[in-house]
Amino acid sequence: MDEKKLEQNQKDPGKKKTGRSGSRRLVIQSIAALIQNANLKGFFTGKIYTGTTKKVCVPGLNCYSCPGAVGACPIGSLQNFLGGLKFRFPYYVLGLLIFFGALLGRVVCGFLCPFGLLQDLLFMIPFYKKNRFKVDRFLRYLKYAVLLVLVIILPLCIPLTPTYCKYLCPSGTTAGLFLSFANSSLRRRLGKLFAWKAVVLGIVVVSSLIVYRPFCKYLCPLGAFYGFFNRFAIFRMHFDAEKCVHCQACVKACKMNVDPTKHPNSMECIRCGDCVRACPQSALEQGFGKGHSGKTKKEMSQNHTAEL
Amino acid sequence: MKSFFKENKVAILLLVGAAALIFVGLFRSQTSAVLSKAVRICMECVGLG
Ligand code: SF4
Ligand code: SF4
Ligand code: SF4
Repeated sequence: MDEKKLEQNQKDPGKKKTGRSGSRRLVIQSIAALIQNANLKGFFTGKIYTGTTKKVCVPGLNCYSCPGAVGACPIGSLQNFLGGLKFRFPYYVLGLLIFFGALLGRVVCGFLCPFGLLQDLLFMIPFYKKNRFKVDRFLRYLKYAVLLVLVIILPLCIPLTPTYCKYLCPSGTTAGLFLSFANSSLRRRLGKLFAWKAVVLGIVVVSSLIVYRPFCKYLCPLGAFYGFFNRFAIFRMHFDAEKCVHCQACVKACKMNVDPTKHPNSMECIRCGDCVRACPQSALEQGFGKGHSGKTKKEMSQNHTAEL
Repeated sequence: MKSFFKENKVAILLLVGAAALIFVGLFRSQTSAVLSKAVRICMECVGLG
């Protein structure tokens, strides 16, 4: 596949059939972000919400210290259990995470996560775009290391230190920014740690202008976790090899750089549906209870070779 | 209906397992632990501590 052509296509994601349904996704993402951050008053008072809805973890990455948040962050809550003075197995949080994963997989990323929406909006800003490059494949593994080391191992080893939240999470830094805008006593306490986290957030924001969803692709432990479920989740993608004419329209449409004809249920797929809409043959469909890929990768390549 | 269960058996098993974990967590009052962390500003998260 010609890398330049793919790049060009991704710069103009609204082309063809993707426009209207793409904006429907944006509407759903915005509503989901609003519901999860319904405490709008908090953005002006600089105080966080303290109601009982915070007993429930939201599916996406949304810091519980964000002044708008009305739910709890699953990754923060997980570290809180693992990193307590006395170890407690996180039955409730893990149960919720597996529940979201088994039902939706990374639909959470495509439709429900506010930090995913933020990156989508940033990528829409006209700027230099470079969404395909060599090290991309290797950088993808980083997020599994973040999940294992920063979210699980280090909090288990160093009590009372949610390592991922403290040193990396850009959602927490965004919450800190909102709080410090409205709360002068917090503003005065900003120090070296905040400076470090602001640099991380800055890198995520600037790279989101150039690369589609860099945080989701390379660093997010929640996306890494949900990725494991894409193959098994009730929401799946189905690829019909009989209908496919190998035009590669789906591959060109995918900004997560997945080839849905080979891996319709790839761990990297955020279920945005761009490929489904781009396919002129309706060879791809996704939804609840959709079957597994029509043919295996091996069967596919055998077919292809036979045709050639 | 039968084929839905067959096609989604792993997901259904995971959902049942997840529900069981959630119930154990509820039984152990883990929601209170989640709430008490979530209603106070997390200094590490916002970059203050
Ligand atoms: S990968 Fe993480 S930040 Fe990105 S959409 Fe998914 S949960 Fe949100
Ligand atoms: S494979 Fe399709 S649904 Fe998945 S991320 Fe790519 S375009 Fe979106
Ligand atoms: S699945 Fe559709 S868009 Fe993708 S190569 Fe086949 S025909 Fe083209």
